[in-house]
Amino acid sequence: MIGARATGARLTQSFAFLLLWLAAAAVVVPILGIIGLMVVWGAKALTWDLLTAATGGLLPAIVGTAYLALLTALLAAPVGIGAAVYLSEYARPGPLVRLVRLAIVNLAGVPSVVYGLFGLALFVMLLGFGRSLLAGACTLALLVLPLVITASEEALRQVPPGLRQASLALGATRWQTVRRVVLPNSLPGIITGLILSIGRAAGETAPILFTAAFYSLSDPYPKSPLDEVLALPYQLFVMATEAPDVAEGTKWATALVLLAVVLFLNLGAIVVRARLRRGQRW
Amino acid sequence: MSAASNDDRIVRPEAEIKLETRGLNMYYGQTLALKDVAVAIPSRHITALIGPSGCGKSSFLRCLNRMNDEIQGTRIEGEVLLDGHSVYDNRIDLAQLRRQVGMVFQQPNPFPMSIYDNVAYGPRLHGQRERAELDGIVEASIRGAALWDEVKDKLRASALDLSGGQQQRLCIARVLAVEPEVVLMDEPCSALDPTATFRIEELMLELMERYTIVIVTHNMYQASRVSQYTGFFLMGELVEYGPTPGLFENPKDPRTDDYVRGRFG
Repeated sequence: MIGARATGARLTQSFAFLLLWLAAAAVVVPILGIIGLMVVWGAKALTWDLLTAATGGLLPAIVGTAYLALLTALLAAPVGIGAAVYLSEYARPGPLVRLVRLAIVNLAGVPSVVYGLFGLALFVMLLGFGRSLLAGACTLALLVLPLVITASEEALRQVPPGLRQASLALGATRWQTVRRVVLPNSLPGIITGLILSIGRAAGETAPILFTAAFYSLSDPYPKSPLDEVLALPYQLFVMATEAPDVAEGTKWATALVLLAVVLFLNLGAIVVRARLRRGQRW
Repeated sequence: MSAASNDDRIVRPEAEIKLETRGLNMYYGQTLALKDVAVAIPSRHITALIGPSGCGKSSFLRCLNRMNDEIQGTRIEGEVLLDGHSVYDNRIDLAQLRRQVGMVFQQPNPFPMSIYDNVAYGPRLHGQRERAELDGIVEASIRGAALWDEVKDKLRASALDLSGGQQQRLCIARVLAVEPEVVLMDEPCSALDPTATFRIEELMLELMERYTIVIVTHNMYQASRVSQYTGFFLMGELVEYGPTPGLFENPKDPRTDDYVRGRFG
């Protein structure tokens, strides 16, 4: 009897383990599938010529996406990190903090096309930025703000409270404590979060659809932040839906490049974290 | 009740008084954590505060440099006087107060930076930028904390590479570097092994010549070894306070007697 029950338990255990393993494996399949598909269909078309061709090359879109990502980071970092520092180091629990937290959660849930329309109304029209790199980066910055704030707050929370107390007890003000102890020690986490958020922004189409992106073969590079800009996701969108006679392989190659840019940013985040974390422990 | 018991159980030291509290009540939210504490702490002596966990001794310690201000929902009533001046006065400079009244914590908490930068942290905070001056302060403070011989060749090494006992002495050096008058120690040895504990106790006896030391300790033997005055806290009340030998050998309050004889706590 006892033996039989033990065998039954072992069977159940094995079955449960199999289910869990399948669940874990199911996470890997889509990403491998996506990458595989693009490599198989896009790699052939991904030639040096496609990247650099004077007309119809991908380089302007890659550069445009880099501009957008950089400007988005410059806009989102101070606001996002500032808000996180306020919430984590200064704010006393109360209605205001609850409201801010509610806003962050809801901002994270707003569909990206709504950000696009909001950006059109606020930045493009009301503030008069026009359809431009600046308007697009502002819109993308709003989109990633909740991510930046959440990641930064998490990084700030990792700093042991004892370090803050030690600093305050030495006569430091709250700001001195933040600047000299808390921020330096949470920087790896903050920067990692920022890069991951920017990776997310770089791949978005909807927010730049009405605010920044255009499709041009003749004059592809923006000369100022108030110029429109080519961007990989939008390029892909146009190729797939509107532009006539784009070779199938070119579309896949563009998708492959976009994916590579985003994965490259994620990889960058991992490298930065590893570098900054070296020799850091408590 | 407690007012009546104050007469001869709370002794006022003969020596010059550095810190004094009068009618000190402290609340965490609605909870009363300290009840009507009136005590006078002598200058350049070691005063030990003992009592079971949660008796209010650490809360009391943190009233003296206003570290309780940093904890949500704390409130105090009554007076805390440093050299006769109220530390809860609105006009007081909190940074200045905390320079005068330094604090060493239970867990050694060096900053994740070099040994040198840890000690220079306070002076830099308060505007000292001169390299030669800083070097001098750092050396004097580390010597003052009896750590110099162990670290003089590796001042640029991370403070986190030191042992727990060395880290705690580094934290003491860090406090000495801002030239305090009072050093508060909140169970400074409870995370250390006996050898490291012994070194800190030796150090405290050296520091006593220049600083007023108040130490919270769980360890009654430690209190009797290092302190000249001892206060016994129980449930937020200062039950008894006086010269250490008297308090341990002839306690006036039966609760003190029970505690120092190890009947509870």
